[in-house]
Amino acid sequence: MNDSLFIVCAGEIFELKAELNSDKKEKKKEAVKKVIASMTVGKDVSALFPDVVNCMQTDNLELKKLVYLYLMNYAKSQPDMAIMAVNTFVKDCEDPNPLIRALAVRTMGCIRVDKITEYLCEPLRKCLKDEDPYVRKTAAVCVAKLHDINAQLVEDQGFLDTLKDLISDSNPMVVANAVAALSEIAESHPNSNLLDLNPQTINKLLTALNECTEWGQIFILDCLANYTPRDDRESQSICERVTPRLSHANSAVVLSAVKVLMKFMEMLPKDLDYYGTLLKKLAPPLVTLLSAEPELQYVALRNINLIVQRRPEILKHEMKVFFVKYNDPIYVKLEKLDIMIRLASQANIAQVLAELKEYATEVDVDFVRKAVRAIGRCAIKVEQSAERCVSTLLDLIQTKVNYVVQEAIVVIKDIFRKYPNKYESVIATLCENLDSLDEPEARAAMIWIVGEYAERIDNADELLESFLEGFHDESTQVQLQLLTAIVKLFLKKPTETQELVQQVLSLATQDSDNPDLRDRGYIYWRLLSTDPVAAKEVVLAEKPLISEETDLIEPTLLEELICHIGTLASVYHKPPSAFVEGSRGVQHKRLPGSAGSGESVESPDAGSAAGVSEAPPAVIPSQGDLLGDLLNLDLTPPTTTGPPPPSSGMQMGAMDLLGGGLDSLMGAGFGAPPAAMPASFSAPVSGGLDDLFDLGGGVGMPMGAYSPPKTVWLPAMKAKGLEISGTFARRSGVIQMEMTLTNKAMSVMTDFAIQFNRNSFGLSPAGPLQVLTPLSPNQSIEVTLPLNTVGPVMKMEPLNNLQVTQCSFRLNVM
Amino acid sequence: MTASAVFILDMKGKVIISRNYRGDVPMNCVERFSGHVLEAEANDERPVWLEHGTTYIYIKYNNLYIMAVTQRNSNAAMILLFLYRLVEVFKDYFKELEEESIRDNFVITYELMDEMMDFGYPQVSEPKILRE
Repeated sequence: MNDSLFIVCAGEIFELKAELNSDKKEKKKEAVKKVIASMTVGKDVSALFPDVVNCMQTDNLELKKLVYLYLMNYAKSQPDMAIMAVNTFVKDCEDPNPLIRALAVRTMGCIRVDKITEYLCEPLRKCLKDEDPYVRKTAAVCVAKLHDINAQLVEDQGFLDTLKDLISDSNPMVVANAVAALSEIAESHPNSNLLDLNPQTINKLLTALNECTEWGQIFILDCLANYTPRDDRESQSICERVTPRLSHANSAVVLSAVKVLMKFMEMLPKDLDYYGTLLKKLAPPLVTLLSAEPELQYVALRNINLIVQRRPEILKHEMKVFFVKYNDPIYVKLEKLDIMIRLASQANIAQVLAELKEYATEVDVDFVRKAVRAIGRCAIKVEQSAERCVSTLLDLIQTKVNYVVQEAIVVIKDIFRKYPNKYESVIATLCENLDSLDEPEARAAMIWIVGEYAERIDNADELLESFLEGFHDESTQVQLQLLTAIVKLFLKKPTETQELVQQVLSLATQDSDNPDLRDRGYIYWRLLSTDPVAAKEVVLAEKPLISEETDLIEPTLLEELICHIGTLASVYHKPPSAFVEGSRGVQHKRLPGSAGSGESVESPDAGSAAGVSEAPPAVIPSQGDLLGDLLNLDLTPPTTTGPPPPSSGMQMGAMDLLGGGLDSLMGAGFGAPPAAMPASFSAPVSGGLDDLFDLGGGVGMPMGAYSPPKTVWLPAMKAKGLEISGTFARRSGVIQMEMTLTNKAMSVMTDFAIQFNRNSFGLSPAGPLQVLTPLSPNQSIEVTLPLNTVGPVMKMEPLNNLQVTQCSFRLNVM
Repeated sequence: MTASAVFILDMKGKVIISRNYRGDVPMNCVERFSGHVLEAEANDERPVWLEHGTTYIYIKYNNLYIMAVTQRNSNAAMILLFLYRLVEVFKDYFKELEEESIRDNFVITYELMDEMMDFGYPQVSEPKILRE
């Protein structure tokens, strides 16, 4: 019988009422079907509540199900009427037919009406111990439902213990549902150790794992992932029992198994044979995931992205699998491309480039752009391939396809930043394509290139001038870049370009609304007018090379996401606290045995594209961590220089550690910008560069015993309560860093340590930081740290940048 | 872990049939879905997306969208797989799966959706077992 015939219209409610109350079973059933049909299309049939409820007492399972369905839908809006149904529910929970018992328990749990909930407890208690596993498994889920409605009731009635007992049930489905229910309940009681995972329960779970349905396996695996093994032997034994799941046909089972293995692997010693075996075992299932349906591929790829960042060795030989297929949906293509780049290496770069070149000729604009960018990223990542990448990019530029050309130029700029002075031959070609650049990023990139290599481009001034014409119509990014480029040009070829630089400086400072632009303009102006030598050293200073790998996920976040493989967090690449409402207090998950637990750590330099090229990013202690006070002092006086990204300008009022040294640079004569620049620049004012760093450690200028007063280097707010003010002084020929440490937090601080990053002068501590007594709240102590200049040297940008890290351990007052 | 509700929609985004398993996501979230999927650019399309705290996970089959919503950090792979299984089961029962199949068989559709998922946790999805 075709159910669509049951769709009914409003006027028939009255008729339905009669039919529902009919004596004939068939008529009742038809009537209820009509009611459900109307409900499905959105009609309001709540008026028929009492009549429908009357049909509840029936032997006909189909009819009962329909009535229950109706009840679930309307009970909330008619709570008083819903009470009428309670008796039948309670009776049905004891029906000889297990299907009916289960149905009753399941439905009662869905009706969120308080009065009904009270009556649910007794039937639920019985069903949890029912002889039929189908009933027991339904009852297990029902406990979770009840907990959602009234958590206290569940605890008071002792259901949690009964649920825990079900983990030892003989039927695997019951076990699985019990695990799922307990896991969910445990989420709202994070510290209660509800699941009480210990080796015995783990054993039961692992046994059930082999016998459950695919869904049950997922529940159990997800639960296992929350367990922390006591030692590496337990870890290994669990891994061994989980690995068979990797060959399951269900992708979600595979992903959950991968999650458990990735997590437990952390505890295995890396030289163990088993560890290597495990790594090898992980590759094939991940590859198989990519033969699933496209949506699943998408989820799998987002997860593989995390895995590749964490353990690149697993998939490093599987490049081919990530080549894009013609009919992949766009979201799969983009993810595959990203992973291709992450896996690119000397060994496979030839293949990768060939593929990328193909992709760059595809139809989809976004995809093509990403492919072109990928070529650039490969060039930066794999040095030996750079030559080939550049020639590929040149070929692409010759295609004259507008968005391809623009993307290529942006990417070539990055290649120049990584390999300066290697590929200038291409500049001529780039200049030919100037006219086609209309996107800000491309224009800014081109301008940077011209400025950076101005000495090799004969008509650099003409090129830059052409950009200048529409200055005010350009985006900020381009304006900033143009300003810097012209200043560079001027410093390289001062005689021909005076008018140009004057023009751009006045455009930037007088006619612009943008404070960043104006400030930068003023800085350059002052620099150029007072001390061109310093200007040259600042603006044309040698820059650090850009780092290899961009778009890496920060390590602690990566760890957390690994613990969430398969879930939405791993798809969004965000921790659950970022998108689940009401989850602010949730603990962040950690991989077992990870380093992120509050030890003294190097300053996390990385992060900015123009970054200092330190080795792999350091682990940063998490927010929930009471230990590990990480301070990153950036003692830069406010100057700025060339390299992109064109981030917002300098902090004019920033901590000027160096006793106003910069003021002397700005010198007299600054007021309103002069109407005309002086024809020649005056001699440098008082001391020049030496003055910037008052006691010249490393620069070798003997000075008197002057020591500027201490300034606050780090306000307490930024450093969890530790305030540092300090100064540099020279005492009997030894450079000293004198500091006052003040504890403005609530707990005692001990164990201070300090570390200097490489800097332009090779400054480093000559001895350990001596802070002997613990520092109580509101206490201050003076500390003197002798410095020497034999530390590692690295030219900083700007020159006098000194980055210092200080850690302190606090006693955990709980 | 779980889905909050499952919807079957037609190509215009109108709900044909739905099942609310947990009651925590308002059923009008469907309206956002229609807006997003029908009007979005082809390049922005994703099978899993987040809007205003609600995640929408969906697949397409013939002239239908089968969609699940959740507001928690659920197991995305599991939900997607469940939606696929749902399609398989419907095909097994109705021979064809399209708009008409659902409308003509809504009673059994409800029953199946009830058996296959409880409180958002997938239960049984083998057609043979379901038939018993």
